[in-house]
Amino acid sequence: MDAIAIISIFTLAVFVGFEVVSKVSSTLHTPLMSGANAIHGVILVGAIIVADHSENNLELGLSVAAIILATINMVGGFVVTDRMLEMFKAKKSGSESAGKK
Amino acid sequence: MNSALYSLIGLGAGVAFILALKGLSHPKTARRGNLIGAFGATLATIAVFFYERPLHNVGWILGAIAIGLVVGVPAARKVEMTQMPQLVALFNGVGGGAAALVAIVEYMNLGSEATTAEVIFTVFTVVVGCISFSGSIVTFLKLQELMTTRPVVFPGGRFVIAANLVAVIAVSIWVVTALGTTPLLTLGALSLLFGVLFVLPVGGADVPIVISLLNAFTGLTVAASGYVLSSTLLIIAGTLVGASGTILTRLMAEAMGRSLFGTLFGAFTAKPQDSSAAGEERPVRSGSPDDVAILLNYARRVVIVPGFGLAVAQAQHTVRELADLMISKGIDVAYGIHPVAGRMPGHMNVLLAEANVPYDQLAEMDEVNPTFSQTDVAIVIGANDVVNPAAQTTPGCPIYGMPILEVNQASNIIFLKRSMRPGFAGIENELLYDPKTMLLFGDAKASLTKVVSALKAL
Repeated sequence: MDAIAIISIFTLAVFVGFEVVSKVSSTLHTPLMSGANAIHGVILVGAIIVADHSENNLELGLSVAAIILATINMVGGFVVTDRMLEMFKAKKSGSESAGKK
Repeated sequence: MNSALYSLIGLGAGVAFILALKGLSHPKTARRGNLIGAFGATLATIAVFFYERPLHNVGWILGAIAIGLVVGVPAARKVEMTQMPQLVALFNGVGGGAAALVAIVEYMNLGSEATTAEVIFTVFTVVVGCISFSGSIVTFLKLQELMTTRPVVFPGGRFVIAANLVAVIAVSIWVVTALGTTPLLTLGALSLLFGVLFVLPVGGADVPIVISLLNAFTGLTVAASGYVLSSTLLIIAGTLVGASGTILTRLMAEAMGRSLFGTLFGAFTAKPQDSSAAGEERPVRSGSPDDVAILLNYARRVVIVPGFGLAVAQAQHTVRELADLMISKGIDVAYGIHPVAGRMPGHMNVLLAEANVPYDQLAEMDEVNPTFSQTDVAIVIGANDVVNPAAQTTPGCPIYGMPILEVNQASNIIFLKRSMRPGFAGIENELLYDPKTMLLFGDAKASLTKVVSALKAL
């Protein structure tokens, strides 16, 4: 990929990243951090690519470790964020039955 | 699948991540936002299996994903609300570790035709990924209280850190110019050490800010590995997290009235606290649940200030019961929520939401502070640092400058505490010795239950 295209993508993504979260109430700081945390778990895609390229056992072993860690990051991150937000939703309905756990 | 289609799917996932962050910024759309993010990540992962040709080592890849699922999902499902912050720290750490490992493998594969830019980005990923990994592990240990929550400062600490940083930079240059596995592993080890040294001096209350910062770091490593692997998706996703994480870190620091610089390096510059003032046996006024109930019964306005102790005791349902009872007696009740009460911003909102506390009873700091002077009783449940007047009166103390809930303006203050131990930041609270303060010792849930039954009996 040529450098200019990459710099363009990077710069635009920086501005989008700044813009989307610039006004967020402190209530949502934790879930937002947790959600962003899950998104960088997409390094899983990178881990799969290097596992595919691996030419010896050392490389494959490291790649497999990377895949395990990345999967934990990604899947665990989204699940834990959903659990945090589930509680916000329970409140909105205001029903007594939400103590379902 | 052809390469154009694959790239378009990557673009779709990138858009999903933008929508996810956007959604997560508003209470109503937050949950849907998170699901959109999960959808994008799943889509991107599936797409990579169909890229151009069948992947090599598919068995290994699927097996590793299965292990990750088996470890990650139950951990996220079963964790207690109180332990969520450290789990997020841990997830961030393993993400950084994954990025570092990807970069190490990529480095071994680079070969002689690699451009200097590729080498530099790879080295960057190794360094920052390792820092994020070891730093997150230390924040995890601090939050889990497996190690001291106070700033860890040792003589000459700042020189050790500076030397470490110089070594990281020097070895990075060595790796870029010499290309070799030994220099790279040396660099990894030095970076891991730097992550530890970097987080150790951060005091307990500031740990969430550091987690957020390390989260942004991991995002940048993902973007850098996207460059090396020519994956637009990784560049977009990583940059988004890096940028939004930086803003979020700043917002969190602002909510605590701290500068980011002060958070990270405060322990090095702060004057040592004279802990001599912590005279062992100062008189405090402790009361019984009946005393508390009587005080509440004749109050017109009560503000409940929850803190980490409420989360530990899982007392959110009991506190709601108490609030409902008081409301039925015609008492005006509000919850005063400090933005960083608990271990993370928004921790208390999540906890009280779980107990179905009506949203309009939750008052943010700016809203509730002017009302304390007309408040008859402030009940502080397992909170300490967020109501500590030292933040306003004692320059040089670690929380100086942090906005607090001014419960000291209320006519009466009730502290529900387990012991006289100071809060997470490890600072003595003068308010505990105030004549208008009454202390009710014990587990928050047990104490509240007793207060509820005493109040019912009145």
